[in-house]
Amino acid sequence: MTDAGTLPVENLGQNRRGSSVDHRSRRTSRERKHSLAGWLFIAPFGAVFVIFLVAPLAYALYLSLFTKGLATGTTFSGFGNYVKAFTDPSFLKGIWFVIRFSLVLIPVQMAVSLAAALVLDNVTSRFARFSRLMIFLPYAVPAVIGALMWGFLYSPSFGPLQQLFSLIGQKAPFLLSPTNIFGGLMNVVTWQWAGYYVIIIFAALQGIDPTIYEAAKIDGASTRQVAFRIKVPMISSALILILVFALIGTLQFFTEPQVLGPIANGTITPYFTPNIYAFNLAFTYAQFNYASAISFALGIVVFIGVYIFLFLTRKRGSFLS
Amino acid sequence: MLVTLTSAVAIAATLAACSGSAGSSTTAGTSPKLTNCTNKMVNKDAPQVSVWAWYPNMAKVVDNFNNTHTDVQVCWTVAGQGAPEYAKFQTAVSAGKGAPDVIMLEADQLTGFEIQKALVDLSPFGANDVKKNFSDGAWKDVSQGKAVYAIPVDGGPMAMIYRSDVFTKFGITTPPTTWKEYEADAQKVKDAGGPLFGDLGSNVPAVITALMTQKGAVPFTYDLADPQKISIKLDDQATKDVLTYWAGLVKKGLVGTQDQFTTDYISGVVGGSYATYVSAAWAPGYLTGAGVGKGTEKGQFAVAPLPQWDPSNPVSVNWGGSTFAVTSQATDKKLAAEVAKGLYADDASLTDGWKTQTIFPLNQGVLKSDAFINNPVDFFKGQTANKDVYIPAENQYKGFNYSPFSVFYYAQLQAEVVKINAGQTTGDQAATDLQATMVTYAKSQGFTVK
Repeated sequence: MTDAGTLPVENLGQNRRGSSVDHRSRRTSRERKHSLAGWLFIAPFGAVFVIFLVAPLAYALYLSLFTKGLATGTTFSGFGNYVKAFTDPSFLKGIWFVIRFSLVLIPVQMAVSLAAALVLDNVTSRFARFSRLMIFLPYAVPAVIGALMWGFLYSPSFGPLQQLFSLIGQKAPFLLSPTNIFGGLMNVVTWQWAGYYVIIIFAALQGIDPTIYEAAKIDGASTRQVAFRIKVPMISSALILILVFALIGTLQFFTEPQVLGPIANGTITPYFTPNIYAFNLAFTYAQFNYASAISFALGIVVFIGVYIFLFLTRKRGSFLS
Repeated sequence: MLVTLTSAVAIAATLAACSGSAGSSTTAGTSPKLTNCTNKMVNKDAPQVSVWAWYPNMAKVVDNFNNTHTDVQVCWTVAGQGAPEYAKFQTAVSAGKGAPDVIMLEADQLTGFEIQKALVDLSPFGANDVKKNFSDGAWKDVSQGKAVYAIPVDGGPMAMIYRSDVFTKFGITTPPTTWKEYEADAQKVKDAGGPLFGDLGSNVPAVITALMTQKGAVPFTYDLADPQKISIKLDDQATKDVLTYWAGLVKKGLVGTQDQFTTDYISGVVGGSYATYVSAAWAPGYLTGAGVGKGTEKGQFAVAPLPQWDPSNPVSVNWGGSTFAVTSQATDKKLAAEVAKGLYADDASLTDGWKTQTIFPLNQGVLKSDAFINNPVDFFKGQTANKDVYIPAENQYKGFNYSPFSVFYYAQLQAEVVKINAGQTTGDQAATDLQATMVTYAKSQGFTVK
């Protein structure tokens, strides 16, 4: 979050970069030994990285170029699976759902976490420390457990909702029904992740030099003006960071719907989100080839989405401009 | 970007390294050192055969087998109940390793694994020696021509379980015998402010398929002798009629739309929220295990034959019922076949199974025994349910022709039922859509659709 103090850091980086170029031009054998040592240092990470990420990815890419039919066996199909994926209504429906979901979820999540962080930043009492912990707590609950818990809370026979509504003689809405699932899931995800984003924003806020606030106060700025004219612009890079996190996370939406699926009366279909679709294709329909293609197709969509977003929010001097 | 491709990694990693925990059992095969067994070995020197199964009384069954066999021992694990187990087995089949020697499969799953050559034809291993123990319908479900791919254990003749207290309270003196009466009684109970009459759970597509075939639908015709041809008829009048009938019950608010086997559903069954439960012969055992029929609820349940479309020409249908098959990854197929034939086939195990209604045995020796026929079933307040309902239903069962893609078909049927339950489609439209989806899928899998 140091980029909050933009200019000095950037200058420092440029200096460093400049000097490394100088070094490279006069390379000695001793330094080559150094670079060998460098490789040795990253070897443990490198091995894990290659074995558990690069190799499986390459294998999945290889798988995605073949087609296996129950009656026909495996044949090479090139990019046929990708053409099929981008014309597959199930995949497109899933993509459309996660896009709609992120369009609504991300602003809500951002607003909630920004508001909470700004309040936390302004209040300095023992209560603030306690509420910081409480706000962060949901993130400390594993996603699966959190989803199971919400499943219980949403239950039409055991959930507290039912009890609340029966007080006024009404039947509680089933929050996982086809019409309510959107909001039902949004609530779970916001609950789960907002705390994490609050901590990121809060950390960025703490990094702002307090003398700026002093100056603003002397100039007659109200607390509100300080919050929206100074704090928010100064932590914009933190906001962009969590936006990218949220975008990637939502486009890959999987855990919560997968866990809530069995109690959602079929609302969560086998192609509810692209990741759920890939999972079901692979592990229930045994279409590993097509599932790999779907995963890569999703990767492409996420990449394009994130790239567009970063391009739109780029700053002068960033690697995209 | 690294994060974005995790799912691809997961798939590849699982495929590549799928041996995982089960791996030890297959690589070891029938060597006497299998690990991860749920049971204890009796004869430690005998070769071992690994088995996946989820019968609730499986621990007893395995002990019965191991106690009486010196030449082979069973190493048993639960790899999930139904769908989760099939998913694991399917992954093991795709990966080429990781499957057990013997696996419990429901009859509707067999064809899908047969076509992938994942199961062993047991006829060279003496499967026909035990053929006489089973009815023709039951044997047809496990065989393809002369090949036998599994040994049946239990069946699921369907019937209508009902709450006698609810029926008495709302003045239903005789249980409905036709679907028309079923609807009329449902309306009567609703008008009197009573509970829901039944439930159309989207997650029991096998039940809905059974009810479709009861009216004469033949969704799939498939023969492994001609493995690339399949006929799909899901938009015939019978299918449309049955789906329209249930869509009507849902629309009129006569039946619920809760998924079954969930805590919410069971709590509804316990609390009397559903007057009937259209289900199979193994249901009482399942319900008892889930805590139904205890305390004040004891003896409130009774059973009647499944309502009919045409009472002069009754048709009985089946839901569930399992078999033991030998996987083609088994190291010693002969030994594995011996286990498939002998496991859950001894008197002690079968008796334990039917006394607790955990299974409805298909073994003719049991079906024809006095003790079984005249058994007063505790769950049904001493009603001789076997004699009155289940045995006649089982005797009429003619077998069924399953497709090689049951899992996919069930998922599509479930999706249509969800739409029906939400009032987003009609029975006719659901049948038409289902037909279109299944034909497209079959073609994409390389089948010629007749």
